[in-house]
Amino acid sequence: MSEDLKTTPLHALHLELGGKMVPFAGYDMPVQYKQGIMKEHTHTREACGLFDVSHMGQALLKGADVQAAIESLTPSDIKGLPQNGIRYSLLMNEQGGIRDDFMVTNRGDHLYLVVNAACKEADFDYIARSLPDYELELLNDRALLALQGPMAPVVLNRFAPGIDQLIFMNMGEYDIAGIPCLVSRSGYTGEDGYEISVPADKAEDLARKLLGEDEVEAIGLGARDSLRLEVGLCLYGADIDETTSPIEASLNWAVGKRRREEGGFPGHGVVMTHLNEGIARKRVGIKPLGRAPARAHTEIADQDGNIIGEITSGGFGPTFQGPVAMGYVKHEFSKIGTSVNLIVRGKAMPAEIAKLPFVPQRYYKG
Amino acid sequence: MTVKYTEDHEWVLIEGENATVGITDYAQNALGDIVFVELPEAGREVEQGEDCAVVESVKAASEVYAPITGEIIEGNEALEDDPALVNSSPEGDGWFFKMTVGDAAQLDDLMDEAAYQAFCDGLD
Repeated sequence: MSEDLKTTPLHALHLELGGKMVPFAGYDMPVQYKQGIMKEHTHTREACGLFDVSHMGQALLKGADVQAAIESLTPSDIKGLPQNGIRYSLLMNEQGGIRDDFMVTNRGDHLYLVVNAACKEADFDYIARSLPDYELELLNDRALLALQGPMAPVVLNRFAPGIDQLIFMNMGEYDIAGIPCLVSRSGYTGEDGYEISVPADKAEDLARKLLGEDEVEAIGLGARDSLRLEVGLCLYGADIDETTSPIEASLNWAVGKRRREEGGFPGHGVVMTHLNEGIARKRVGIKPLGRAPARAHTEIADQDGNIIGEITSGGFGPTFQGPVAMGYVKHEFSKIGTSVNLIVRGKAMPAEIAKLPFVPQRYYKG
Repeated sequence: MTVKYTEDHEWVLIEGENATVGITDYAQNALGDIVFVELPEAGREVEQGEDCAVVESVKAASEVYAPITGEIIEGNEALEDDPALVNSSPEGDGWFFKMTVGDAAQLDDLMDEAAYQAFCDGLD
């Protein structure tokens, strides 16, 4: 392990479980355990997987009317978010691009934020600089575990009775096996499940208790990526970045209705232009028609060989049982069913624009 | 019958004028679950070290290089339907291709089993 890599509170447990460790966003993280990505992926869809996502950034934003304050940085409707409701949100730049995607929970007198690991220093610096009258408290003493899959509520209910009643995209405080946790019914796999913010010094204890249940296996970052890709969820830095607008990224739903009219967030002008006058390119699902996966940065061509776009995420979908991808194409080629070619190792491979997600999302909505 | 190994983790089973080529157990273990293999066409002339096949895991694509100079005789068609054979039987049913031995002198520079084992031990 390179000496400048950071570790999460579960690092020793990853090594003990035979995790294959790789550098990710400055952390030494397990890309897979002994079972391998395919089995870990399938296990999460069929039973329950435990992911260490402690590398992500957690923080509280505090101050009067903090819901209105964060709206100056994001196009989401946060003022309209009910108490303990969670919203998928975007931090924007002035050009209408995306600085990061993040989760915002309305905790009443404060917000609970979760941002991407690779962006967390920049995000927190930006939020603190932009909202100097508000207190940003970094939760560096907390780990984050994701328990995902259809058996997640059954498993977690054994430790925290009633937690199975928490609704998708809502948060609550629960004692899990006696450990006080902040729990969200959310995730990055398309499955039902939870994300659990736990004090760092209790994280290994909690992880061991959850892994002690028959249904639960430890899952690495490799399966985390194939799971999110199959259900069409964006990876920041690949599918969205500083150059993609939310409209180009097909994230129109993340731009609140009221916010479109009112504005007051960076890049509002570009977002409205893209909404009203249309976009030149659009993020779509792409299904290779053969067996070969097409990876990120693969060029997409039309039937005449003109380059019309690029794959931003691509690989093999273990549940879909075939290659899956997403990427940007010129708007006129974005209709579902459009035939395109993917230029893989110099050869044109047939593919078609496909509906996202490739595998249905399954959330608990009460 | 002699088996030789390359530093790119390929094995070469030499049977007279011809050789069968695949990737080692060490390689399949490092790559993880194999989901696709692209094989060279029969009749293609390859130089030692030339890209001639691709093996894709869930996570990434990797090149497979010609371990010696020669002509491709056939690719293992079984891998098209069942690429996971590379994981389950890397040095058996999961072979990649058969080729002619174009230059027998090149075989002398490849590692024998003991040398390859020592090479892998040095990587961990």
